Amino acid sequence: MLLPYFQAIESGPIGEAIRNSTWLFPFVEAFHLLALAVIGGAVLLVDFRLLGLGLKRQPVAELARDAQPWLIGSLIFMIGSGVPLFMSEAIKCYYSFAFWTKMSALALAIIFTFTVRRRVTLADEARFGPRVLRAVGVISILLWSTVGWGGRWIGFS
Amino acid sequence: MSLHNLMQWMADTEWSVGLHESRYAYSIIESIHVWTLCVFVGFAVLLDLRLLGITLKRVPVSQLTTRLLPWTKAAFVVMVISGILLFYAIPLRTYHNVFFRAKAVFLLLAGLNAWLFHTGPTFRRLGEWDTSPLTPGAARRAGAFSLALWAAIVFSGRMIAYNWFDCESPQKSAFMDTIAGCDRTTEATEARDAPSVLPGH
Repeated sequence: MLLPYFQAIESGPIGEAIRNSTWLFPFVEAFHLLALAVIGGAVLLVDFRLLGLGLKRQPVAELARDAQPWLIGSLIFMIGSGVPLFMSEAIKCYYSFAFWTKMSALALAIIFTFTVRRRVTLADEARFGPRVLRAVGVISILLWSTVGWGGRWIGFS
Repeated sequence: MSLHNLMQWMADTEWSVGLHESRYAYSIIESIHVWTLCVFVGFAVLLDLRLLGITLKRVPVSQLTTRLLPWTKAAFVVMVISGILLFYAIPLRTYHNVFFRAKAVFLLLAGLNAWLFHTGPTFRRLGEWDTSPLTPGAARRAGAFSLALWAAIVFSGRMIAYNWFDCESPQKSAFMDTIAGCDRTTEATEARDAPSVLPGH
């Protein structure tokens, strides 16, 4: 059903420009990877804290507020670099299990991060018990890890 | 024995061939390498940004170095082990890869930068600026160098996968050949291309 769209995207000007260049794909990909490190730090700093690890003396809300611009900024950067990478090999992605896993996990991760996780991290410490905090941290780590692993495995397929 | 020959010997060991030819082992190790990158470089970047006075300004630097740095170090150990395994799977080609060589130099510089800062006078006087959002010049410089070096390390690490300047690829420039340590004499090329057991013999 979606295949014609994927074919159109792949034969579009951006996809073609990237495929015709030796350097473009590796360069965009390397920047995608750099942003991954930043988003990883921004997500894990808060998730570790939710699990009672890392910066335990700081309030969760303070860390979440400090991490937020880096999370959003690197997420925008990741999508901005990921979309052209996808455009250059859309048909391969269409048939890639890793790609669909990554996209599903990404959608869930974004929804979860900006609804449940946001509410829990910015709320008063006393409002949610440590069990809720831990559960949110674990779910967040699992979702974002699936995004990362899925992304790496698109390249292996 | 030259390093080249040592790499050749390593490439012929059973485990190296096994890693290289396995269906999943190499991909899994590389995924671990990339996943740990999030922990290691992610946390290192946060510490660097704090040293630059850009983020986590209300968090004392000592909190970052005592509570976050152990995770960073643990992740670094995983990165090094998985990285060595990735190297061990393809030793000869990686040894002659210009991006690998650049990465090795950047890694040494990043290590040197971290060591100089952590043993230097500014870090020894951490108590004086621990909670201040404004950090001393030496701390800012160390943070900026570290950020630039780790970005270069991630970048060149990703590029090792590409064979543009490999000794087996057509020569791009004499300069790149020097960096890669390529030997393009006829004997070396023949030795490389010759199958170890000639078919039909």
